[in-house]
Amino acid sequence: MTALSRTRYFLDFAVSSLLRRRWRTLSLILVYSCIVALLGSVLLFGTALRREAATQLSTGPDIVVQSMIMGRHDMLRAADLDALRGLRGLRRGEARLWGYLYDSSAAANYTLMANADTAPGEALVGEGVARARKLEPGKLLFLVSPAGKFLKVRVKSVIAPKSALISSDLVLLNEADLRAFFSVAPDLYTDLALFVANPREVATIAQKGAIRLPGRRFVTREDLTRSYESLFSWREGLVLVILAGAVIAFAIFAFDKASGLSSEERREIGILKAVGWDTSHIIAQKLIEGGLVSGTSFLIGFILAYAHVFLFRAVLFEPVLTGWSTLYPRFRLTQEIDGLQVTSLALLTILPYVAAILVPVWRTASADPDEVMR
Amino acid sequence: MIELCAVTKTYNAGRPNEVVALGATDLTISDKALTVFAGPSGSGKTTLITIVGCLARPTSGRVVLNGEAVSGLPQRFLTEVRRRTFGFVFQRFNLVRGISAIENVMLPAYPIGTPHARLKTRAMELLSSFGMAHRAHFNVEILSGGEVQRVAIARALVNDPEVIIADEPTASLDGERVAHFLAIAADLKARGKTVIVTSHDPRVTGAATVDRLVTLADGRPADATP
Repeated sequence: MTALSRTRYFLDFAVSSLLRRRWRTLSLILVYSCIVALLGSVLLFGTALRREAATQLSTGPDIVVQSMIMGRHDMLRAADLDALRGLRGLRRGEARLWGYLYDSSAAANYTLMANADTAPGEALVGEGVARARKLEPGKLLFLVSPAGKFLKVRVKSVIAPKSALISSDLVLLNEADLRAFFSVAPDLYTDLALFVANPREVATIAQKGAIRLPGRRFVTREDLTRSYESLFSWREGLVLVILAGAVIAFAIFAFDKASGLSSEERREIGILKAVGWDTSHIIAQKLIEGGLVSGTSFLIGFILAYAHVFLFRAVLFEPVLTGWSTLYPRFRLTQEIDGLQVTSLALLTILPYVAAILVPVWRTASADPDEVMR
Repeated sequence: MIELCAVTKTYNAGRPNEVVALGATDLTISDKALTVFAGPSGSGKTTLITIVGCLARPTSGRVVLNGEAVSGLPQRFLTEVRRRTFGFVFQRFNLVRGISAIENVMLPAYPIGTPHARLKTRAMELLSSFGMAHRAHFNVEILSGGEVQRVAIARALVNDPEVIIADEPTASLDGERVAHFLAIAADLKARGKTVIVTSHDPRVTGAATVDRLVTLADGRPADATP
């Protein structure tokens, strides 16, 4: 009961102390919240992107087979697929034809892909392509190949935004149209997509395939997921490095605000000690004060980060984190929070602040009251 | 009883700005009496009462409180002694600004953890006894000098200490307020408290209620009336 009453008194005094310095408290909370919001946005966005990519990849092939010549990606033949057909555990395999096209009119790169369901003269376009070229179903899309060949197709539909992360720059064409556009021989394909019955056998099948087709590269879905993760982690790291300046500025600001005890605060600590407060009582009260500031700031900052990422699609970081051409995909991320990530963010932001408070308060509070008040 | 045995206090010892604020001082302060330390500014009055009240440690010598040497106690125990034994009325009253009079009075009891209702009642009783009940919930910045003084005295009494120490409590107060303070001091003494006051105000040093006057000069007691 005594301890409870004491804690309540310290809490009351901490609140009144913050209110007494309301402008200082508000400015601190404002800057602190902004930093948490920025860092939180990067972390939330990075995680959501990785999860999104993994979800998208989960519907793709288990293994992609590519032909490599002198370490470079080359076209392969349909016969390669026939060589793999007898592999035990292989459920299905298909040869895919796709390539990249730089569209100078939109200053954007497109991924052009053959699609069995697309009729000659038609195209399905990704959301980014539709945006860049102001396309909608029924409109005509004109493309010019690097060799100067001209392709005119009518847009059948725009690919659903739920898969925009990967399909934003995609143009699905009839196979014959695509071959004619890029002048690709009928027997040549970009890669092979293999689907495996038992996911646990993917690595084994990839190994066996590599024996049958030496010189071909077998990329598993796990490899792709890892590549995406590396890509997003790299980008996330890039943003964090850029933000490091802001974080350091905040650390200096917080240290100055939290630790630089004013003469008024020193005097107050002296009074409290003189009237019977112990060093531990003063530290407890200041910890509560710091906890209230950092907790409130963290909560506000995290809510801002959540809104920024999931409601406003991370407008501040979108160009860095999602773009791989000028066609930045527009999509709504799955709203999900990783407890470990929240805890890490809390520890990274709250602990340094509380530590910044603790040291000078301890130094002041452990001196004799007379010395502090002088 | 408080005893000072060869107590000295030197500030900034060993530095160019070293100041010997209190020379070797032996002094005994009786219980349940009103003792006044008098002397001009810089004579060591405030230093002496900060040592008596355990707000500062002597550079050398011992402070003995009711037979127990307290000056060498670790900080934590010294705070406990201070809280249990002393109530302070500081020279500029040293109230915490931005909070109300009653909250200021309650402050010394926070670490004890007295239940809120009981503590509030006690603080209100003290403020009422000094005619301050109607100003209890006013922030201290808007109180007059005399009101601030009374709040400071109420704060000094909230933990029911044995010894009340007041440093220049009548500085810048008018005659009526000085008389009021002396009446309060006499009342406290009558209630069995030990009251120690520093003052260079003749209205205090010459008051009939003073039991003992210790005059300081150059950091030493020059003379003392029994």
